[in-house]
Amino acid sequence: MTKYLVLIAGTAEEWNNADPADQARWHHDHVRFGREVGGAILAGEALDGASTATTLRRRTGTVQLTDGPFAETAEQISGFYLVEAADLDQVVTWCELLPEIYSLEIRPCIQIEGLTD
Amino acid sequence: MIEPIEAVWRDEWGRLLALLVAQTRRLDLAEDALADAFERAAQSWPEAGVPDNPPAWLLTAARRRVLDRLRAEAVAARKQPLLAAEQVQGGERADDLLRLVLLAAHPSLSEEAGAALTLRLVLGISTADIARLFLVPEPTMAARLTRARKKVVAAGVPLAVPSDEVLPQRLETVARVAYLAFTAGYAPGSGADVVRADLAGEAIRLVRLVRATGPAAGGNVALTALLALMLLQHARRGARVDAGGGIVLLAQQDREAWNRDEIEEGLALVGELAGFRYALVPRATRPASGATRPAGGVAVNSALAAEYLLQALIAAEHARAADATETDWVAIADYYRQLEDLTGSPVVRLNRAVAVAEAGDLANALGLLDGLEDALPHSHRLPAVRAELLSRAGRHTEARAEYDVAIARCQNEPERAQLHARRAAVHLT
Repeated sequence: MTKYLVLIAGTAEEWNNADPADQARWHHDHVRFGREVGGAILAGEALDGASTATTLRRRTGTVQLTDGPFAETAEQISGFYLVEAADLDQVVTWCELLPEIYSLEIRPCIQIEGLTD
Repeated sequence: MIEPIEAVWRDEWGRLLALLVAQTRRLDLAEDALADAFERAAQSWPEAGVPDNPPAWLLTAARRRVLDRLRAEAVAARKQPLLAAEQVQGGERADDLLRLVLLAAHPSLSEEAGAALTLRLVLGISTADIARLFLVPEPTMAARLTRARKKVVAAGVPLAVPSDEVLPQRLETVARVAYLAFTAGYAPGSGADVVRADLAGEAIRLVRLVRATGPAAGGNVALTALLALMLLQHARRGARVDAGGGIVLLAQQDREAWNRDEIEEGLALVGELAGFRYALVPRATRPASGATRPAGGVAVNSALAAEYLLQALIAAEHARAADATETDWVAIADYYRQLEDLTGSPVVRLNRAVAVAEAGDLANALGLLDGLEDALPHSHRLPAVRAELLSRAGRHTEARAEYDVAIARCQNEPERAQLHARRAAVHLT
């Protein structure tokens, strides 16, 4: 089994400016995803807008905080799921349940010795 | 004595690798071990003689190599990532090869990477040859293959056959990847064009192998239509290039040099899919227009399959015409119309305009070119086609101006020379 992080990218405006019927449908998509994927969901959250992000870097030796996300792009990360699956095809099948307005980035997690319990 | 090894490599590489990958769940290890077994065969067979069962000999040698490597890894205590698959204990399974194909031509890879990986893993084509096919330096291709192998393992692409609902789509990805490899072999390159046509033929071999894996692949319309299309196009390779290495256009090709077996096979496949039988001697028995064609248009349950089938139908019209002047351009123009409806592609519209002009309707052909400039701003073919049509319509001044545009845009030296010649042949007014 591999853990996969499913990063959800979409613009908050698209959701907020959408027809209430669409919003209800997308909301239901998440509910259905939760029901079908069930215990294979290890975590999942919706994130506040990119304007609330703080980026921390300390390469220069000092802690530098910048206002905003890693990269300014049209698509911003708006939420995530952490799921556990046998393979990529399984994750893809699950992701097809999520709202069609998203771009989803599926990233396998790697095991780092000494950090896993 | 190299010959039997090459034959076994060609016929058995994919099957043996599929088996080793299923048993080890290690792509890199299985590939290295099998290549190593073939190397040992090249050393041992010339002296000891070809074994009674060459694939079994190779498999044993490869397995021994796998065990050596696993032992060495155990000593070094390095845990290697495994493919997402059930560990197989027993022998060969009927769909092992299909699993390997679906792994290599996975939609999570770019089509270019998927094509390269499929040619390497399933057909055992060398990195050097794959690089030559795609016109990239060998180190570039080696890096692309390494990255693709790594992605497949790390992302957890399964070594598995998906459910019946998903399988047809996945087979269509295989078709796309195969067609990409095929067209790469015919992309204008420098010099070694003939060799690359042979490599394009490997895409045909790939589709044959995949179709032979079982009823799902054998009955997949996209794969069947693609096989027909590639056979009908590949059949012309002997007539495509003249003695000086120049490209010979379809109308000028020596049709005696076309491969009849491939044409007949292609026509039979197209006929099966489209539900009619081709008359192979069109000069005498050409049916009245429309008589043997489906009335409404080709109805196929997949956009990709329909696209390949329409292209195959067009290639079939060329293939069955005994002479360029016998070509049924009315039929071809209608197939291009359906293809344009399906794809919305400006290049298809340009080809449709040519077919409409060849069918005798110059005014409509010129009309079809209107508005294409925005979609194809850098194309030299668009002004070249317009120039040709204007010239036929007797509008010589406009024709010459369009040839000038085409010549300015054309990057390919032989083609530019041809455009100059055609411009010079436009009558003065």
